[in-house]
Amino acid sequence: MALIEVDGLSKFYGSHAAVRDVSFKINEGEIIGLLGLNGAGKSTILKILGSFLLPSAGKALMAGFSVEDDSDQVRELIGYLPDRPPLYDEMRVVSYLRYVAKLKNVAQSTIDQRVTEVLKKTNLNDVAWQTLGELSHGYRQRVGIAQALIHNPRVIILDEPINGLDPIQIVEMRDLILSLRGKHTVILSSHILSEITRTCDRILIIDKGRLVAEGQEAELGKVYAKSMKVLAEVRGAVPREKLNGLKGVQRFIEVVGTAQDTRILKFECDGDLRAQISALLVKEGVELLEIGREGDGLEAVFMNLVKASKTNH
Amino acid sequence: MVKTWQIASRELGAFFNTWMGYVIAAAVLIVDGLLFNSFAVSSEPKLSAEVLADFFYFASGMSMVAGIFLAMRLIAEEKQNGTIVLLYSSPVSERQIIYGKFLSAFIFSLVLHGISLYMPALVMVHGKISFGHVAAGYACLALLGASTIAMTLFASTLAPNQLVAAVGGAFLVVVFLTLWMLAKVVDQPFKDIFGWLAIHNDHFTPFSNGIVNLKDLVFYAGLIVFFLECATRSLVSRRCQG
Repeated sequence: MALIEVDGLSKFYGSHAAVRDVSFKINEGEIIGLLGLNGAGKSTILKILGSFLLPSAGKALMAGFSVEDDSDQVRELIGYLPDRPPLYDEMRVVSYLRYVAKLKNVAQSTIDQRVTEVLKKTNLNDVAWQTLGELSHGYRQRVGIAQALIHNPRVIILDEPINGLDPIQIVEMRDLILSLRGKHTVILSSHILSEITRTCDRILIIDKGRLVAEGQEAELGKVYAKSMKVLAEVRGAVPREKLNGLKGVQRFIEVVGTAQDTRILKFECDGDLRAQISALLVKEGVELLEIGREGDGLEAVFMNLVKASKTNH
Repeated sequence: MVKTWQIASRELGAFFNTWMGYVIAAAVLIVDGLLFNSFAVSSEPKLSAEVLADFFYFASGMSMVAGIFLAMRLIAEEKQNGTIVLLYSSPVSERQIIYGKFLSAFIFSLVLHGISLYMPALVMVHGKISFGHVAAGYACLALLGASTIAMTLFASTLAPNQLVAAVGGAFLVVVFLTLWMLAKVVDQPFKDIFGWLAIHNDHFTPFSNGIVNLKDLVFYAGLIVFFLECATRSLVSRRCQG
């Protein structure tokens, strides 16, 4: 049985539908990414799962508890980090985490132990006695994660956890999220494709409140990517006719490379033809310097889905 | 009750750890002192009981003003800073949030009243005062303060920021303060109803003269609970509507 079951979930603000008939299941221990443009409805879904926003229609169950009717039980199961960490600037990090632990029903005798554990896990020991108002954005985000972890919840919900972080902080946050794998079920939202692909086991693509696709990155690529761009850097004469005739190649462009004797070959293919292109080039005696796909595979899927969604509505 | 106290104690910490609490305390005590010196004591000879009654009359105004300033931030600030999400996503009921917030502002207002005790004590230097009179007067200051805190707390749940919460709270307080005027110009049964609902006039005067009536205690307690429940319903409806 899935840990989280969402069935026909909708949320209306007046006549505006923020979420429309969304259904999905999440198994224990998975890291799930909600991917969508700003305003797609990701945060609304997360708030409903967090049991502090009631759906207009449909139901969501967490470990069998309804987010509508068993709010207290659901809230005990989850740790929630909103897009802006909920921090009281005048409090010190340790006092804040102790306060949150009490709110989240952590036994009095284990509060200090839990605080020590999450400080270590989120690498906050250096700033443990600083006031929250003095912390940088990266540290504040980490304290936000620490408060979500303090009661060792089964489900951790992270709304745009890497928003506003610098590249180093993004890597640290990614490692932190990955370290939760297996011990917690993690649902995170982002509009940054690369982060979703790097951290999540499965992706739910949301557009205009609808779930337009779900699956692993590779599955989504197979089903939804209409084309894939492959780039190859080569040296030597290019067998243009044979490359154009390769099955699955829609378009082939040749441009002069950066070095004098190299060429960059651009292919638009029906799928992943990197192996076939490499084999052909090698067979024809072309020196293959590098081959890869252009951009993010998921990006193509995402853009195709969003375009299709716009066309349909 | 445990959760209510946890929320209250954190909020009390915020009053004492930020400039806000000290500014409100300083302003209220300075104005209270000036009014006491200028009007309650004055240069005219007065009985100690009259000085005390005048002190409570002027202090009641400051008690209401302090109540508005203490309560305006309670929920509105949490919404502004996004910290309300922590409470919403924790196993805490809306009622526990509201009563915890109320308790913190009420305790802080009691501390303010406690500090102002030096003024009645000064009356003792040249006169005699009844401790019962002092206790009754302070009980009413506390109840009046608690009523304005409850009203402004309700406004704070509706308002998007502290300023709007303060204006909303002040509006409610002024309405309940001036109902006695309305009572004078309307016919029965509204005359009695508005007169009874007025927060200050009929209910406050007996206290300031050292007389405690059960009906006045019930009035203030009812008013406080009514607005706290309104605030609770307001938070619950936010959960439904988002």
